[in-house]
Amino acid sequence: MIPISWYLLLSATLFCLGVVGFLIKRNIITVFMSIELMLNGVNLSFVTFAHMWHLVKGQIFVFFVMVVAAAEAAVGLAIIIAIFRARATLAVDRIDLMKL
Amino acid sequence: MHLILFVVFGGLCLAGALNLLLQRHPINSALSLVVVMSSLAVLYLLLGAEFLAAAQIIVYAGAIMVLFVFVVMLLNAGREERTMGSRAAKVVGFPAIAVVLAVIATVILKAQGLGTASLNDPITSTEELSRVLFHELLLPFEVTSVLILIAILGAVALARSGDGHPTNKTPFAGTPTGERRVSK
Repeated sequence: MIPISWYLLLSATLFCLGVVGFLIKRNIITVFMSIELMLNGVNLSFVTFAHMWHLVKGQIFVFFVMVVAAAEAAVGLAIIIAIFRARATLAVDRIDLMKL
Repeated sequence: MHLILFVVFGGLCLAGALNLLLQRHPINSALSLVVVMSSLAVLYLLLGAEFLAAAQIIVYAGAIMVLFVFVVMLLNAGREERTMGSRAAKVVGFPAIAVVLAVIATVILKAQGLGTASLNDPITSTEELSRVLFHELLLPFEVTSVLILIAILGAVALARSGDGHPTNKTPFAGTPTGERRVSK
């Protein structure tokens, strides 16, 4: 028997840790993992709200988020492989062709 | 019981997320992300989402993380170098994310009537879930299958273009005709 708000706080903390990882990490694969962490944080709050209001659609939304995350991971990792082939580095500091 | 499970797996979740940020080698970060996702699956079970808990283990901790580990292995990613991040991230990013976290926490803590969760709450059965998914939301479900198909084609086209064949590096390598030539 614990308050719903604890789950929501955990979800917000996970999301913010994901954003911090996105900002501080210098390896492009780890940056991508931080994005997955953010998605997971949001998924937890979806499940919590679905449980709170006894609605099934919140869980179905999480299902769709998972599908989109799988597609995103496949395409994103293919892009990372293509970048590595072209520039032979994974450090985001060195991939700065579009920087002003 | 619920409290103990929540504290253990919520703590594991946070510890894994922190470890992801602190580790300098991508493979260690990937393995801590597996810990985060598996403990999130237990939290989903506590909230009565049994199908999502299974899907979380299979899709996230299984498929997606295998993809990550595979790419780390394929690209032979070493320890990341410690460089100074961008100044914009330090000056704007961290205060902004602290403010966002503070605002969300304030809103959540001030909200009335959020209620409690206990293990006696009814769980959402897979039957119930699939009834809504395949009756009301059939069209979005089919659209996601098209999305997955496009993602597969895109991943294959991106990862295969120009591997060891200099002649394949044409500007049209991503078009269907170029792809067909690659696949021969």
